[in-house]
Amino acid sequence: MAIRERLSGNEAVAYAIRQVNPDVMPAFPITPSTEIPQYVANYIANGEIDTEFIHVESEHSAMSATIGASAAGARAITATSSCGMALMWEELYVAASNRLPIVLALVNRALSGPININADHSDSMGARDTGWIQIYAESNQEVYDNFIQAFPIAEDKRVHLPVMVCQDGFITSHGVENILLVEDDKVKNFVGEYEPEHYLLNEAEKMAIGPYAVSNYYMETKRAQRQAMINAREVILEVAARFEEMTGRRYSFFEEYQMEDAEYAVVIIGSAAGTCKAAVDEIRSATGKKVGLIKIRVFRPFPEEEIAKALSKVKAAAIMDRSEMFSATSGPLGAEIRAALYQAHSTVDVVNYFYGLGGRDITVSDFEKVYQKLETIAQTHVVTDMYTYIGLRSTQSEEV
Amino acid sequence: MKDTVEIRWHGRGGQGAKTAALLLADVAFKTGKYVQGFPEYGPERMGAPITAYNRISSSPITVHSNIYEPDYVVVVDESLLDSIDVTKGLSPDGAVIINSTRSKEEIEEHLHGYQGAVYTVDAKEISIKALGKNYPNSPMLAATVAVSKVMEREEFLTEMKASFQHKFAKKPEVIDGNMMALEMAFEAAK
Repeated sequence: MAIRERLSGNEAVAYAIRQVNPDVMPAFPITPSTEIPQYVANYIANGEIDTEFIHVESEHSAMSATIGASAAGARAITATSSCGMALMWEELYVAASNRLPIVLALVNRALSGPININADHSDSMGARDTGWIQIYAESNQEVYDNFIQAFPIAEDKRVHLPVMVCQDGFITSHGVENILLVEDDKVKNFVGEYEPEHYLLNEAEKMAIGPYAVSNYYMETKRAQRQAMINAREVILEVAARFEEMTGRRYSFFEEYQMEDAEYAVVIIGSAAGTCKAAVDEIRSATGKKVGLIKIRVFRPFPEEEIAKALSKVKAAAIMDRSEMFSATSGPLGAEIRAALYQAHSTVDVVNYFYGLGGRDITVSDFEKVYQKLETIAQTHVVTDMYTYIGLRSTQSEEV
Repeated sequence: MKDTVEIRWHGRGGQGAKTAALLLADVAFKTGKYVQGFPEYGPERMGAPITAYNRISSSPITVHSNIYEPDYVVVVDESLLDSIDVTKGLSPDGAVIINSTRSKEEIEEHLHGYQGAVYTVDAKEISIKALGKNYPNSPMLAATVAVSKVMEREEFLTEMKASFQHKFAKKPEVIDGNMMALEMAFEAAK
């Protein structure tokens, strides 16, 4: 029987860490992820787990120590947010290219400046090219479930890649919601004992990790990383199937909500998907209009073909980005989705909206306006304001 | 009761408005509800205005936005009435519950013509009488439950007692005082 609880997103991740009992956790505090190492330190102090907690002097050191521990053969994790992950930048690439199955609890927060502690996806979206698997959550339940699934994905011999488990700062990290927890023994059984294949502390196999690679070798290394990311696709689905067997909760690359007959779709990542679901329910019950939602769970590897297929029958779609990439055109999700649609020869009309930067709230009525706009676009086939900021206050507002 | 009750808390950093919202989520959870309790963070500092929110429902809650049209508003610090329009968006079928020594009539002048019910609770007096110290958040929590009827009085008191017994396991002598503060506030807000 599942354990009925109410926890914040940070509490849920810490609870999962207690259940997994990883070997090593180096971490440095930064809002809004600070509570995670804080709660884990409590578990350690209370003797509930025997994780080696390493107090480091910066996030650069946190990721370096995590890499060292993982290379040595330990199951190693860390947690961070925003500028903390920016300071890990160099090491993110080192972790991925050395094929270390590290799990990082990322609590998404805006990057400076102006300095801001609230949710957006600029930290993880900036790291989308580092070679890490990225999994996002709508709710506390999902971040807990994703965190547990991250270990068998990262550690699978076909993958051997680090995983970033993302949740929205404050909105889920500090919000208390109902959650169903899995029993300790089931979680332990699900993630299993970590048995590294190649590791530095193995006397029988002398090896170097992280040496220089001349041009003659570098490109093959990248192709191997690419293959690992391709392999991750099937592993993510296998792990999700095993998780569904255990909990009854179904996961895939993305969630389709009311998409069977949808004519107008929003594509979105993270906590605002829940708000959008409420808009979908209200519009459907009030007007019968066929609106739906696709919530991206796995952004790396990117489920290109599956997304294009899921959007193949809609008349118009709004791609919602919670971060800028200053291309002066798309946001990161907008660019990926449109590339996927182009590849599938899709002619669906698409707009790309920016929302929620630095924690700017987005409401059910904001989403209702987005769906209204999609209806107009579908009728006229004219896409005005292709790239639009939602909820801007200034007179230059391009608000839909 | 509406399927989802939405509550907005106004307080100042350090007064426990966020804690009260989380406690309300806790106790409503224990009575079988789906709950949300979450703070809205600005630049955090002691004394700065803070807002916290609750959604309480008999069905799962997916909305993750702040609350703009609450059913109830709780004001833990009445000095906020001069700087914040606390009843903004508040349902006229709902109520505002204010920690104040002043009468309802005096307070109403500061409420921008709000048409719904107004309750004042002297949480400081209650807290000092029951606990010897000014902890306004638990009396305000009890008053909120009394006014919003999100759960029955007995259910609320039973769950709170269990929660205090856990929280104050090492100083059981304060449990009675805390329970008395809740009961007094519950009566005062009726």
